[in-house]
Amino acid sequence: MTILAQAANASPSADSFASVDALVQGLAGVGYIASRRIATALYMSVHLQKPILVEGVAGVGKTELALSTATLLGLPLIRMQCYEGLDESKALYEWKYGKQLLYTQILKDRMGAELADAAGMDEAMERLHGMGDMFFSEPFLEPRPLMKALREDDGCVLLIDEIDKSDEAFEAFLLEVLSAYQASVPELGVIKAKTPPIVFLTSNNVRDLGDALKRRCLHLHIPLPEASLERRIVASRVPNIEERLTHQLVGFVQALREMDLRKSPSISETVDWARALILMHADSLDAAMVRDTLNVILKYEQDIQMVEPQVSELLRTAQTTP
Amino acid sequence: MQHQMEDFIRALRAADVKVSPAESIDAHEAVARIGYGDRELLKDALCATLAKSEDEVARFDRAFDNFFARDPFDFATPPPPPEGGEAAPPEAKLEDVSEEAAGSELAQIILAGDSTALSQAMERAAQAAQVSEIRLSTQKSRLTRRLLDEMGVAEIEKIISQARRLEGEGGNALADRLEAGRKVVAAEAQRYVQRQHDLYASESGRQLREELLARKALNAEGGIDPVDLQVMQALVRKMAKRLADRYSRRRNRARKGHLDVRRTLRQSMAYGGVPFNVVWKTERVDKPKIIAICDVSKSVAAAAQFLLTFLYSLNEVVDRMDAYAFSGRMIPVNQILDEHGVDKAILEVLKLIGFQQTDYGRALQDFAENHLDKLDRHTTVIFLGDARSNYADPRLDIMRTIHERSRSVIWLNPEPESYWNQGDSVMNRYLPFCHLAKTCNTLDQLERIIEDVLRQYVPR
Repeated sequence: MTILAQAANASPSADSFASVDALVQGLAGVGYIASRRIATALYMSVHLQKPILVEGVAGVGKTELALSTATLLGLPLIRMQCYEGLDESKALYEWKYGKQLLYTQILKDRMGAELADAAGMDEAMERLHGMGDMFFSEPFLEPRPLMKALREDDGCVLLIDEIDKSDEAFEAFLLEVLSAYQASVPELGVIKAKTPPIVFLTSNNVRDLGDALKRRCLHLHIPLPEASLERRIVASRVPNIEERLTHQLVGFVQALREMDLRKSPSISETVDWARALILMHADSLDAAMVRDTLNVILKYEQDIQMVEPQVSELLRTAQTTP
Repeated sequence: MQHQMEDFIRALRAADVKVSPAESIDAHEAVARIGYGDRELLKDALCATLAKSEDEVARFDRAFDNFFARDPFDFATPPPPPEGGEAAPPEAKLEDVSEEAAGSELAQIILAGDSTALSQAMERAAQAAQVSEIRLSTQKSRLTRRLLDEMGVAEIEKIISQARRLEGEGGNALADRLEAGRKVVAAEAQRYVQRQHDLYASESGRQLREELLARKALNAEGGIDPVDLQVMQALVRKMAKRLADRYSRRRNRARKGHLDVRRTLRQSMAYGGVPFNVVWKTERVDKPKIIAICDVSKSVAAAAQFLLTFLYSLNEVVDRMDAYAFSGRMIPVNQILDEHGVDKAILEVLKLIGFQQTDYGRALQDFAENHLDKLDRHTTVIFLGDARSNYADPRLDIMRTIHERSRSVIWLNPEPESYWNQGDSVMNRYLPFCHLAKTCNTLDQLERIIEDVLRQYVPR
């Protein structure tokens, strides 16, 4: 129970995190329409102080969830994009080697002078040791996202984006950071977070993540939304949209998702499309308009070719869906 | 409630949702936080802590709904005889029968028609009878019996027979009502045990079968049961997916963490010896490049389907794979595997060249003439076949060329080693040109060997 008590103290914006319903409302306040499952997972993550692993197809709002949480709590967001070959020195810290070399070059003469009057080899060595430490100190340390997140004293939201793109070795390295919220730098010692950051990891399922990592995280899978939820999302993201248009366009996108496409449109595509239609001053959908703007929601030529002849039919089904 | 959580986690494990002790601690903490009041909230919170992938979420949802389903008992006890009728004498009371009868809890529940009390009693009895330990469907009847015993059905039977001996009609009426109630209870018990079986045991049965199939010989006498065939093909696909998850990532360059002094100094020349750019040593990691050559002749007919299924799956996994199949002549099958679904592709290959007389020499010659340029020092060549060449010239010279030009040659033979070189098998003559030759006649072995091949390319 002590853990829970600590967690309650740690959550800065206690109002929004008092209950799941309050959290749903809080998120809606910053423009993120969350289903109850999403809100519950976030609620548990904050109160149990566990990282949260968010999975789902691209464009379903995984990254957005982290951004909205940061806004809601008024905390800084530190983002780390993962990619193949990402390693400790890019994620945690790195010495500024260039600067170190440069300084030693510039200070070469100065150092020579310093050592010139040394009595013997031992004393010269002694002085050299002192200089060595000089070059491995804070000014030469380049903090990377993880280190930055651990050093935020008031807490922060750490977003580790697309963890599935990184290597397994990196995943293993993350375990220490994620379970103890600390990292060790040989030259400086262990760095521990005063306030544990709220950690989001996102994954597109390019590969299966290791069990060890999954075990340390709560898991949230965001599915493509139902029509009613999607309508609310569109309305919140594109404020000045007509309700009739929202209805039509969400219906159309939902119908598209039933089809066997290479890439089904996800929420971000729906929102982009709504924005595009607003720009074109459309207040309702017609077949010609859809054909013109199909490239906003479909990202592959084959998909566009497949959908184009069926546009009128899809529009009709979209009209009839409740 | 503690007990229920434990049972639920056991049900999840049975439903193939992996739950570690640490996760179950998380789940308990989550429950401590939110309580049992809100069912949806409980479901979502447990889902976040316990189910760790999309598939697991689906399985979790199903298990949760099954586990916490409390469908009410249909307690259709016949109503007490209508009052006021002359012919119907008042029903006998339990107290009239005997003293123990009056104390029988179950009898009172039945007479009161109290479904809630009955379900609670059944829950208690089930715990005592350890119904949730059920593993096999054959245990169902025994466990039902034990459950009924724990509930005190024997007592009811005794009361019924005593009531029948009572004087007057009242005794019989009571006995009839108890009899009907007993039947309902028995049916409910059976249903309860069945549900427990579904929760805890149905999945483990399937797993057991899959395990057995993975170890079953592919070219077993009498072939493979058509029922098993489907399961095995699914297994093969799962296996390939597993390998894909582990090895499909590109591993172009790995930074070694060493300063490349030579190149750093060289780059610094441009800045008058000041090292602005620091260069690190890197290491190239090879992507797997595989050439798979599969025998689909009569002698390996039974295994051929699986070898082809595996080729098919591997083809989707490994970017750079060339697949060939032969019995008499050899043809490339990449295109067929790419274009069709798995079942159709296999039929197509077998239709083109399957089940003919094997001629390894001829097939090797075809390969040498048309595809030898595919081999380089990064290529691993995998032969799948029994090396039974019908006494034709095995063309060892071509085998030697393949051996020399490729990175490694692996031969997977569906026959056990003691059969090698008996009859028309020329396995031992090919052996000197193989880096690795192994018996491979179960799916388990196949997976292990392919994994070894893929791992060679992966830095440790």
